[in-house]
Amino acid sequence: MLRFLAHRLALAVPTLVLASMIIFALQQLLPGDVATALTGEERDPEVIAFIREKYHLDQPLPVRYAYWAGGVLQGDLGVSVRLQKPVAELVLEKLPVTLELACLAMLVALAIGVPMGILSAVRRGTWLDAAANGVALWGLSVPNFWLGILLILLFSVHLGWLPASGYVPPGEGLIDNLKAMAMPAFVLGNAIAAVMMRHTRAAMLGVLGSDYVRTARAKGVSPLRLVLRHALPNAAIPIITLGALEFGQLLSGAVLTEQVFSVPGFGKLMVDAVFNRDFATVQGVVICTAATYIALNLAADVLSAVVNPKLRRA
Amino acid sequence: MSTGTPLTESAGVAAPAGNLAILQEPGSLAAFWRRLAARRSALIGLAIVVALVATAALADLVAPYDPTATDWGAVRAAPSLAHPFGGDEVGRDVLSRIIYGARASLGAGLVSVGLAVALGLPIGLVAGYAGGWIDAAIMRLTDALLAIPFLILAIALAAFLGPSLTNAMLAIGLSATSTFVRLTRAQVRAVAAEEFVEAARSVGNPPWRIALVHILPNIVPAILVQATLTIAAAIIAEASLSFLGLGQQPPEPSWGAMLNVAKNFMDQAPWMAIWPGLSIFLAVLAFNLLGDGLRDALDPRQRT
Repeated sequence: MLRFLAHRLALAVPTLVLASMIIFALQQLLPGDVATALTGEERDPEVIAFIREKYHLDQPLPVRYAYWAGGVLQGDLGVSVRLQKPVAELVLEKLPVTLELACLAMLVALAIGVPMGILSAVRRGTWLDAAANGVALWGLSVPNFWLGILLILLFSVHLGWLPASGYVPPGEGLIDNLKAMAMPAFVLGNAIAAVMMRHTRAAMLGVLGSDYVRTARAKGVSPLRLVLRHALPNAAIPIITLGALEFGQLLSGAVLTEQVFSVPGFGKLMVDAVFNRDFATVQGVVICTAATYIALNLAADVLSAVVNPKLRRA
Repeated sequence: MSTGTPLTESAGVAAPAGNLAILQEPGSLAAFWRRLAARRSALIGLAIVVALVATAALADLVAPYDPTATDWGAVRAAPSLAHPFGGDEVGRDVLSRIIYGARASLGAGLVSVGLAVALGLPIGLVAGYAGGWIDAAIMRLTDALLAIPFLILAIALAAFLGPSLTNAMLAIGLSATSTFVRLTRAQVRAVAAEEFVEAARSVGNPPWRIALVHILPNIVPAILVQATLTIAAAIIAEASLSFLGLGQQPPEPSWGAMLNVAKNFMDQAPWMAIWPGLSIFLAVLAFNLLGDGLRDALDPRQRT
């Protein structure tokens, strides 16, 4: 198990380093002088000089990367010129909001996707299966920012049940917090629910066709017990692994969902930074996203290895 | 087959028998079409795609108004006979903007996926067939690119390139490339292990000829399925970038950009939000249906 862990870590580190190089190289795409472009709207020569020095812009690209990466390793993601704050501070400030949104959305996705997937696998070929597949197709095809707008139209504008935007920290009122998060979490979870339903259905179909399930059925195990106690635990492995992979999708979706509902999270930070040409913040957010994604993949690998010893042979 | 009249049998056995053999072969075009047509959902998807392409191509003929012409009498006008989908915030005809907007959406879907395939296929072919350190290097690079979620990479690229529809297509295409590299590589490695490739190699075919003539045709189906499904994702991505202001720039119409404006007028003019969103949904649904249908028709193992 330790060797497996070491092997996986050894694979994850170069991936992260390479990703950080790509993200750093993005600023080479900026038209014109990098220092002027990085300062955005700001035209103060003092600020431009500060940026030039801060990012060692008179040095060649690899040297600049080394300086930048060295800073990132010490938790220095650069400075947001626009907000006059360290990027790391901004990210830490916004991260809990997005994490809450992502966790709630994952709950929504699991609550809808897994039962639907089980039902459609057990009742394969029936109208229930067709209906579940239809719902999944809807989830995969509906643009989540449009779904958000429609929900606001219904629940905020017409019915007045839920706030259209804004965020209340859980510390200041859990009920208000959940009310503000209900629509964003549903919108974000909706697309993932479709993917979870497809994964669950495929995994359950695989397990239900196996010999041990047939044996259990022959022994007279009740259908409910057969599905929940015999089949589901084994089907859970691919569901967990693939679910962790969906986290990237969740972060992508959060960018738009937070924009629609004005949730002050990670995605909103990135979009605002894009608009303000605050490129240090954009890079900081992207590198944190990549690091989170790689860490989650690693966690999923380890988790499935814990559940299934056969996978430990790296 | 054996009970034909002696005359025809002696006259032309080779030709008809050969044709029939092609028809019965599971990989033939006619058989493929039959399997695709047997799935109603795939046909619905195909029909919507054809209708959308026709709408985009014939926008000049179909659209009742100039999509950028403003009419102060139609500002946020409710749907009527003159403006079936209503008017927008400066009195442009929403229906005409939807029709012209199909160009941006479909164009972005096709161009960006075209770019991703044009880059990803050769790179994946080289990685899969060459193996060794070239393969390892390409794989680590795609690992790193795939660690950045698709839309976040596209947004970052578009942000650094500058907002325009062309840059949005470029950003989406580049973000989708690593998927095609990985898929092509995996397919190439699977096909390269087959005996007929071994046979082609043993009679002295050069590597490039084996890769292009013997392997490439066999991986086209998988690429085609992935490309169709990726077009659906690319259309959502273009709409997302335009919604954020990083794609098509005003006043040129795009469904995503229309939604961005519409969210400010939700209580007064909900039709401004409903039609563009419905259009995106339909286009994405169509390519998803078609992609699922193609997968089932092309790969009997995955048929559900």
